[in-house]
Amino acid sequence: MQLLEVKDVGKRFGGLQAVSRVSFSVRKDTIKALIGPNGAGKTTLFNLISGFLTPDSGTILFHDRPVQGLRPFEIAAKGMARTFQHIRLFPEMTSLENVMIGRHIHGKSGFLSAMLDLPRTRREDRGAREKALELMDFLGIAGLAGHEATSLSYGQQRLVELARGLACEPALLLLDEPAAGLNMRETAEMASLISRIRDRGVTILLVEHDMSLVMNISDEIIVLNYGEKIADDVPLTIQKNEDVIRIYLGGDGDA
Amino acid sequence: MRSRIHFALFGLVAAVIAVQQVTAYTGSEYYLTQLTMSAYYSLVIVGLCLLMGYAGQISLGHAGFFAIGGYISAFLTTHDLSPLKDGGIVAFLSKAGLLSQRTDLYGGQLLTVQPWAACIIAIFATVVIAYIVGGPVLRLKGHYLAMATLGFGTIIYRIAIGTTALGAADGLSDVPPFRLLPFLEVSGEMSDRVQNYYIAWGLVILAVLFSLNIIHSRIGRALRSIHGAEDAANAMGIDTARYKLNTFVLSAVFASVAGVFLTHYNGGIGPSEASIMKSVRYVAIVAVGGMANLWGALVMGTLLNFLSLRGYLGTYDDAVFGGILIIIMLFVPQGLLHIDVFRGLRGFFLRRPAEKET
Repeated sequence: MQLLEVKDVGKRFGGLQAVSRVSFSVRKDTIKALIGPNGAGKTTLFNLISGFLTPDSGTILFHDRPVQGLRPFEIAAKGMARTFQHIRLFPEMTSLENVMIGRHIHGKSGFLSAMLDLPRTRREDRGAREKALELMDFLGIAGLAGHEATSLSYGQQRLVELARGLACEPALLLLDEPAAGLNMRETAEMASLISRIRDRGVTILLVEHDMSLVMNISDEIIVLNYGEKIADDVPLTIQKNEDVIRIYLGGDGDA
Repeated sequence: MRSRIHFALFGLVAAVIAVQQVTAYTGSEYYLTQLTMSAYYSLVIVGLCLLMGYAGQISLGHAGFFAIGGYISAFLTTHDLSPLKDGGIVAFLSKAGLLSQRTDLYGGQLLTVQPWAACIIAIFATVVIAYIVGGPVLRLKGHYLAMATLGFGTIIYRIAIGTTALGAADGLSDVPPFRLLPFLEVSGEMSDRVQNYYIAWGLVILAVLFSLNIIHSRIGRALRSIHGAEDAANAMGIDTARYKLNTFVLSAVFASVAGVFLTHYNGGIGPSEASIMKSVRYVAIVAVGGMANLWGALVMGTLLNFLSLRGYLGTYDDAVFGGILIIIMLFVPQGLLHIDVFRGLRGFFLRRPAEKET
């Protein structure tokens, strides 16, 4: 079953065709990786899918419903969470509070009930806290709950951001370079975490430069170059694809 | 966290009672007048702190909302409707018990809107205006938002000072007392001084309780996340525009309620309440208090307004608040009640710019 279907999506910035007529789909309960040299349009595609940009053409179906043109918070509420290439945690908040923000879409209390601190609000708050702690425990960062999120090490911040995304309980999780800035050991741990997240029933679409991570955990890989899709297959076939080899070995050597 | 809120609020209640007792024993009850007025200004500041410190949105137009509340209730409770007595609407209002008959200073008969009805109308009008203004304006950020809200404040000021029906430069006077309950009345009568002190501080305590509840809730976390990283908040499913707007409206309502009550307490309102310098003063006090520090804003709001109302700041009153704003931004952008004050000062004198986190 296809969870996400991208059909003929294009995006132009002035004279630059950042993404041109790209189509692909992500099957439920799989890990799909999006690779390509710098400037290939990977992050643009991510921003189009998550609503930060509106495509010029094409459709994006999530749960078989069109989501292109919706605003990011509306798409998030439909069950799509994302992380950012440059970690974007909320400063002056603890890591627990950061993760609890991920529970936002599952809460109902509004200004009035929060103002009056109704029992319903308190219950909801307790539930959010428990769920956030459980996820932090799953990622091995429960011990950092009380620390200010932006004071943590880079690797820890990545995990907090991941926990925040998971706290949304998304059907689809978009990870924008989850291993960027991590050392080899941390990258290996991240790879195993991503697999375990998939095993929890979260479908994953990720952009990544680290080929070991991509080849190890992905079920399928799509390769972009200059905004165009040039391959979309299982890792073994991608590794033998001549176009891909040419881009990666003959090009900028950016892998 | 919750018990800490209750503990701090208990401290506030105790302090409010203690101050009143001290003035009673030392025969210095005349201080209560300025403390009551300071309380109402602090109400504006608590709301503005929620907007600026937590949601991260500036407003240089909050004196405008204060004036909207004050002027609407002043106008409705002083404008004589007797000539229209037989008109359909007035007759209807009269039947609904929303009007009251009273005698003015010169013995003439006045038919005006009841203070309760006027208060509700004023708040409702504030909500409508805040939504209309906030909707487009809150799309702006930083300097642009500051300028747009400044524009709004200027419009309200010019309306107040330029409208004959609102008393132009003289403002409106002879505003009747506001009977909240049969035994509780907002008025400037000497004999009501103590109960008015408690009415005003009761309102502030309620506002602080509501605000603290919001800050420590799902809503408060959402607001702080908007302040910290708006696009990430959006990606987490937070309708950032709606949250900013709702906070703007809520803080406008705080200001408006303060305007309504202080107008009944003073028996009138003048255009200076709508002036830009008032808005600047509110912003300066929130900054002195430490932006995202409700208690700091409350303490500073009470202290500085009290000093100003007692005349301790002399003719340089407005200049003092302008100066405060400059000094705070230079030395202690996190506010005066922040522990890092001394580090900030040292940093400045060692020619390293103080950290700017706000």
